Amino acid sequence: MTTPAPVAAPNSGPGPATASQTAGPYWHLIDFPAWADLLRPDGPNAGVAGERITLAGHITDGDGAPCPDAMVEIWQAGPDGRYDGDFHGFGRCATDAAGGFRFTTLKPGPVRGQGNVFQAPHVAIAIFARGLLKQLVTRLYFAGEALNDQDPVLSAVALARRATLIAQPEEAGHWRLDIRLQGGDETVFLEV
Amino acid sequence: MSFRHPVPGTQPPYDAPDYGSTHKRHPRQPLLRIDQTLTETSAPRLREAAYPATTNLAKGRTREGLGWEAQGERITVAGRVLDEDGRPLPGAMVEIWQANAAGRYNHPGDTHDAPLDPNFRGEGRVFTDAEGWYRYTTIRPGAYPWRNHHNAWRPVHIHYSLFGAGFAQRLVTQMYFPGDPLLPLDPVFNSVPDAAARDRLVAAFDLAVTQPEVALGYRFDIVLRGHAATPMEHRP
Ligand SMILES: [Fe+3]
Repeated sequence: MTTPAPVAAPNSGPGPATASQTAGPYWHLIDFPAWADLLRPDGPNAGVAGERITLAGHITDGDGAPCPDAMVEIWQAGPDGRYDGDFHGFGRCATDAAGGFRFTTLKPGPVRGQGNVFQAPHVAIAIFARGLLKQLVTRLYFAGEALNDQDPVLSAVALARRATLIAQPEEAGHWRLDIRLQGGDETVFLEV
Repeated sequence: MSFRHPVPGTQPPYDAPDYGSTHKRHPRQPLLRIDQTLTETSAPRLREAAYPATTNLAKGRTREGLGWEAQGERITVAGRVLDEDGRPLPGAMVEIWQANAAGRYNHPGDTHDAPLDPNFRGEGRVFTDAEGWYRYTTIRPGAYPWRNHHNAWRPVHIHYSLFGAGFAQRLVTQMYFPGDPLLPLDPVFNSVPDAAARDRLVAAFDLAVTQPEVALGYRFDIVLRGHAATPMEHRP
């Protein structure tokens, strides 16, 4: 009896990136609700100083109906504007029956951009869901930040649609940004 | 540093008419292409010390020390996580989730009338080693019906979620099985325009991964976006 040779690896070596596929409706098997709280006592940011905030909003579809099965992820700098500092700026949150998400985190500082330009404080958002064959990426900015006016990404967005990226304060420390996947007030999504 | 953009045809569109759930969820406005910044070229450091791995989804021990074993055909899946230049990504977190052998998810939203397996949760997490290799053992999932169109069934698949070295490399995808007669009928698989790119979503049976007397082996490599040439190189 001879031993068959192992089949060739299907895609080892240089080649195009693997195709994205939808997370589908059952991704909650990898949902760890604690991850929505970046300041959880047993998490990576326990004890990191900064301004504690919540980021919340609702995700709706082209009919204005809630998206109750989305995986929302955030990635942000720490209060020092760094991604490689003490603050670990990753969170994941499942939307609820009303399409709502909520993160507890620290407000990010301005992030160094191209050249010596600083980007306004912002949070990257990626949305995965049934019906999304690849993630939708956008950013959340904070209303009233002086740097917003010169931020390279915000400046590239038509004035009429800029508000879809800017969270508004509700009460002290609570920021809201709703996300519309499709329709009249559709969120500006980014190709990064 | 930045990541290069996809080879045309190798990624699915947002608007895929045959996949009903895209109809109301795809943006109608064009995406705004931005220059990647630190926000896109940095990524969460998710390390095994803080996020424990599960290398066997098919078998384990309860807190009380009792052994359990999932129903179904045991398989081992191994592969490498590379970038488009063939460079391995060490220490990458790979999350996996799947239906049980009967085609049912351990998920409150799954109402498919197939048996749940109390010994199978269908979720795990592994990390790549220094050469980019990952490996886990599970059971072969079952196909399951969905309501996309009349008599619609998803081909057998395992969901994957990967973190690279940049948030722009983040990838969620699905691994399929060779010879599945449902593949040509599936709107999710066929949303990828390029046939070769679709084929790369199909694992290969691999006797070298197969564990004697234990589990059939499958090889599934995953490629994340590679680094773009610096803009300077394109200038005359
Ligand atoms: Fe699935």
